[in-house]
Amino acid sequence: MLVLENVSRHFGGLQALSGVNLRVEPQRVVGLIGPNGAGKTTLINNISGLDHPSSGHILFDGQPIHRRAPHRIARAGVARTYQNIRLFGEATTFENVLIGQHGQGRASMLEAIAFWPSFRREERTLRERARELLAQFDLMDVADVPAANLPYGAQRRLEMARALATNPRLVLLDEPTAGMNPSETRALGEQILRLPQMGLAVLVIEHDMSLIHQVCDEVYVLNFGQIIAHGTPAEVRDDPVVIEAYLGKE
Amino acid sequence: MDFLIEAILSVVRPIGITEPVLQFMLVNAILGISMYLLLRTGMFSLANAGFMAIGAYVSVLLTKELDFALGAALVVAVIVCALIALPIGLPVLRLRDIYLAIATIGFGEVVRIFFLNVDNMILSYLNTFQDAGLRRYELVGGGRGVRNVERLTETWHLIVFLIVIIFLLTRLQRSRFGRAMVAVRQDERVAANMGINVVYVKNMVFVLSAMLAGAAGVFNGHLTRIVTPEMFGFDRAVDILAYAVLGGTSVWAGPIVGGFVLTALPEVLRRFNEYRGVFNGLVLLLVIVYLPGGLINPQGWRKLWASARRRLTGQPAQPEAGGG
Amino acid sequence: MDGILLQQIVNVISLGSIYALFALGYSLVFSVLGVLNLAHSALFMWGAFIGLLVTDRLEMPLWVGLIAAMIVTGLLSVLLELIAFRPLRKRGAARIAQLISSIGAAILLVNIAQLLFIRVYNRVEAAYPRGLVPRQPIIIEELGLRITPARLIVVIAALVVMILLQYLVTRTSLGQQMRAVAFNQRTASLLGINVNYIFLMTFFLAGALGGLAGVLYALITNVVDPFIGQNIALIGLTAIVLGGMGSINGAVLGGFIVAGIQIISIDTVGSSYRDALVFLLLFAILLIRPQGILGQPESTRA
Ligand SMILES: Nc1ncnc2c1ncn2[C@@H]1O[C@H](COP(=O)(O)OP(=O)(O)OP(=O)(O)O)[C@@H](O)[C@H]1O
Ligand SMILES: [Mg+2]
Repeated sequence: MLVLENVSRHFGGLQALSGVNLRVEPQRVVGLIGPNGAGKTTLINNISGLDHPSSGHILFDGQPIHRRAPHRIARAGVARTYQNIRLFGEATTFENVLIGQHGQGRASMLEAIAFWPSFRREERTLRERARELLAQFDLMDVADVPAANLPYGAQRRLEMARALATNPRLVLLDEPTAGMNPSETRALGEQILRLPQMGLAVLVIEHDMSLIHQVCDEVYVLNFGQIIAHGTPAEVRDDPVVIEAYLGKE
Repeated sequence: MDFLIEAILSVVRPIGITEPVLQFMLVNAILGISMYLLLRTGMFSLANAGFMAIGAYVSVLLTKELDFALGAALVVAVIVCALIALPIGLPVLRLRDIYLAIATIGFGEVVRIFFLNVDNMILSYLNTFQDAGLRRYELVGGGRGVRNVERLTETWHLIVFLIVIIFLLTRLQRSRFGRAMVAVRQDERVAANMGINVVYVKNMVFVLSAMLAGAAGVFNGHLTRIVTPEMFGFDRAVDILAYAVLGGTSVWAGPIVGGFVLTALPEVLRRFNEYRGVFNGLVLLLVIVYLPGGLINPQGWRKLWASARRRLTGQPAQPEAGGG
Repeated sequence: MDGILLQQIVNVISLGSIYALFALGYSLVFSVLGVLNLAHSALFMWGAFIGLLVTDRLEMPLWVGLIAAMIVTGLLSVLLELIAFRPLRKRGAARIAQLISSIGAAILLVNIAQLLFIRVYNRVEAAYPRGLVPRQPIIIEELGLRITPARLIVVIAALVVMILLQYLVTRTSLGQQMRAVAFNQRTASLLGINVNYIFLMTFFLAGALGGLAGVLYALITNVVDPFIGQNIALIGLTAIVLGGMGSINGAVLGGFIVAGIQIISIDTVGSSYRDALVFLLLFAILLIRPQGILGQPESTRA
């Protein structure tokens, strides 16, 4: 469903991605690991349209998306979270999810202003669904709290909820458990495992290897912008190339 | 309606607010809303004095030269503003904060200089290409402006217009589009990742805002009875900004209160008229520094109150809830 | 023919020096703090005003006026930092908020000047004393060149100050610290640089440059009123956008280019379009190359 062919991205002289080939199949959870500065976030930025490859192709459902505007990629069914949380801090938890649902609204501005029945019906179903998402991520109690005032763990969960609110088929998670304690991490892992059952594919960047083992079907390893290994979590863990990349040469 | 207006006036007249003052308060409230839309979407544009000028000039020419009714002139002028805003917005709105501010200041100046010189431009066109052999040509009167405009704007026009705008605005804010505006302000790139067409939202708001500013220009032109380029310079752009900043951009009532207060205060405090400019500057400075959400912003007041009390009683700062 | 061209070049250089000095002030603050001080034009006006008070009311010589103006506007600029910028920065407010507060400060400064003008002169306009600089132009026959002493003073003063500034920024420890702060505030403060002090010094320098430009401008045009800053505000903005925001050399280059365009356009399309041309240029540059001639493109980090 997601195919990267020979994707490269350089910033001036810095080669952040070089010749990356990667696939994510429907209902699979794919991990992406690599040392700091390997280019993982850059990869997700390129898929989600915030950045564009210098060369290579990115296909989603067979369609090239590497030149598309980010909102069109989002509406095609790609959602993401951010490594350093980027919620709409002044908006409430509930509103954050509503904003995530933007692409699903069909009512035009005129219908909204006229308070047309179709608009009201749509608004009701969207709100209903937003509440379900909040419940799923245990955010009901803080629905009306500005996102900036949420505790850290709740902010991370809200990022997930908001991404799912866009009704995606592929979710890109950029270090979703960064800064969480082990029990929070495990709980989030459970949530990630539910996504394939809901018909979603997942590409998750993680440093926490136990989470990778818990959720991933396969893992890619990125180092200096290149994929140096690919396989099941166990295969990758024992790959000498990967160990060297993480520990450095003796 | 007349009765209502008379009732309002009888209350406020003793403190110095006469009908003309009330009318300008209403016009400025409309301008405040036009700025509020922009700021709410995170666009720091100072172009609205320019659109106000366009609205004023177009409508005044229509009513004066072509005997248009005020309503018809209003519609045409507002459409003209929209048609100008669109091609301006598409390239300019790619710029952000400081750059957008500079570009829109430039736009305002170009509009002002255009009206200052348009007569001469037409004159030289006529003489060069049509051999008209004219010595002078007067359409908008250059620096002296369009004079003897009929005073067509009535208080009830303004009240009705404002109420309609408030109604539409509240509806808009509760819609998907209204939420998208707020999202774009807080983080454009994330908004785009949520499926929001940022370019569309920004341009739409820019056009709507230009139309409102144009409408305010129409009403204003038919109140002041004279329209000159100097009425729409940088000072005016800053005044419009001040209405929205003083009132705040968290609720729609903010810019309206801002427009009311800043227009009425100099009249109420007539004795201090000399210090009016000092006062305006001080208000802008103090509000943005100490009351960032503006006057109509319950949360901001609460915070200010809490910190004041802390300082008075010498209690240590309360830890803020949450982190991040 | 040559004479006219030369004459124009002289005019461009003298007007351009003023614009460059003024734009340098904008640029200095922008490069070190990343904010645009829209009250800078008010400092320009205050410079012209202080120069006027010192030379006209106190009947002091010009050089005293220049120095007094620079010190006062420098201090006013420091005051701006303390009142309009620092509190917002501490709060982590958006850049827009700092623009607004500086606009507020500008309005305040202009109106205070207006009140003072009326107190001192009974009207809002005044001229520098007649005998301050000789009126007799220096004529260079062979070249067909007439240079008024005022313009000569302008060029010399601007040149000296620009060279001093260049020296200060590149050769002194203060300049080194300023550049460190401009490059990265956090790293600079980790290196033990007193960032707040550097900010104050930056504002002082910028204000002094603006004030100096004001006096020199008034020296050429002869008339001072509280609103002379308005026009130059946009010209200065155009200059720094043209040269590249935050680039010191760019500001100077931009200043001269704008002066060149203005003076050439008076001859070609007439003075009424002089400013329109400048703003159209501003527009075009922002749309085509927002980073300006010497600036670096803004990075696009997510
Ligand atoms: N917009 C940009 N401009 C210049 N360099 C960039 C940009 N974005 C990323 N880089 C550089 O590209 C490299 C890869 O960065 P990236 O953020 O993708 O790494 P990462 O794998 O996500 O690291 P981390 O584990 O620290 O999040 C880094 O050296 C980074 O400095
Ligand atoms: Mg990263």
